[in-house]
Amino acid sequence: MDFAYLAAGFGAGLTVIGGAFGIGKLASSAMDASGRQPEAAGDIRTSMIIAAALIEGISLFALVICILLALK
Amino acid sequence: MELNTSKVIADTLHQAKGDVGSDWIMHHILDSHELEFAPFGAIPLPHLSLFGFDISITKHVVFLWIVAILLLISFKIAANAYKKSRIPHGFTNFIEILIVFVRDEIAKPTIGKGFEKFLPYLLTVFFFILFSNFIGLLPNGSTVTSNISVTTTLAVLSFIAVQVGGMMKNGVFGYFKGLIPSGVPTWLLPIMFIVEILGLFTKPFALAIRLFANMTAGHIVIFALIGLIFFMQTYFVAPVSVAFALFIYLLEILVALIQAYIFTMLSSLFIGMAVHQDH
Repeated sequence: MDFAYLAAGFGAGLTVIGGAFGIGKLASSAMDASGRQPEAAGDIRTSMIIAAALIEGISLFALVICILLALK
Repeated sequence: MELNTSKVIADTLHQAKGDVGSDWIMHHILDSHELEFAPFGAIPLPHLSLFGFDISITKHVVFLWIVAILLLISFKIAANAYKKSRIPHGFTNFIEILIVFVRDEIAKPTIGKGFEKFLPYLLTVFFFILFSNFIGLLPNGSTVTSNISVTTTLAVLSFIAVQVGGMMKNGVFGYFKGLIPSGVPTWLLPIMFIVEILGLFTKPFALAIRLFANMTAGHIVIFALIGLIFFMQTYFVAPVSVAFALFIYLLEILVALIQAYIFTMLSSLFIGMAVHQDH
């Protein structure tokens, strides 16, 4: 029986939950900080994008493993 | 990579609803021995082999050369324009904005003193990744950085830059000694040493995988959305499908810029940590 596709689907779904939760929390604190101090909005935006790219990198590690599962 | 299972699924889909499956998506994502000019046809590329290693000229190799030639032309234009006057105009102005960005936002804050030595490498990596990501977004273009070999090579180059930079500043033995933070109890030293040595290798590995996965995943999502039209065998899906694919396409442009910036910034951060080892 071929469970590889099912496993890949579950893996990708769980990964997206973790990544979206992390980036959502990050964006919420960035919004709060920008509201408190609008002059720092540019710096906060840059740091937010860097952190979002790093978090997304982690979720893409798991995506690569899911793709390997689905293609074996 | 065994495509047997996906072939079975693709065949079932073929009988049911049209001939689009994972094969079609993978065919466009992976390297191939043909240069495609849809809808005119494809040019087959030569297979070469040296001592049993396959060094045939594939689609990604051709686009590597195209990116390299574009980089040479762009920077030759910029260098010649600087010979005439210190104030740039036009294309040189655009290149100067990016170069000043890499120098002032990426190299100077992270490396600190002595950043000029590493600036050529960081600029090369930034512009190479930027150009190849953008050329992959053109029609019939293929993303060079969506090949794991290319990103691994870039990560190995960053690794070499970090080690050479650290060893030239601190000496070979001093560099390894400086890896372990000060004020660590003696019984923890062996574990700390192993962890730090492992950390030396996992950081470039993460760089390679991050760039590869970001580029490949974006293209897979676009192809999957467009392939939905063929899979559903109806034209009514087309507006939804094209709208979503357009949105993901714009996101891909942003991701192309961000990934070039992240790779360069992390490389420069690692160089800074290796050169100035006082935590």
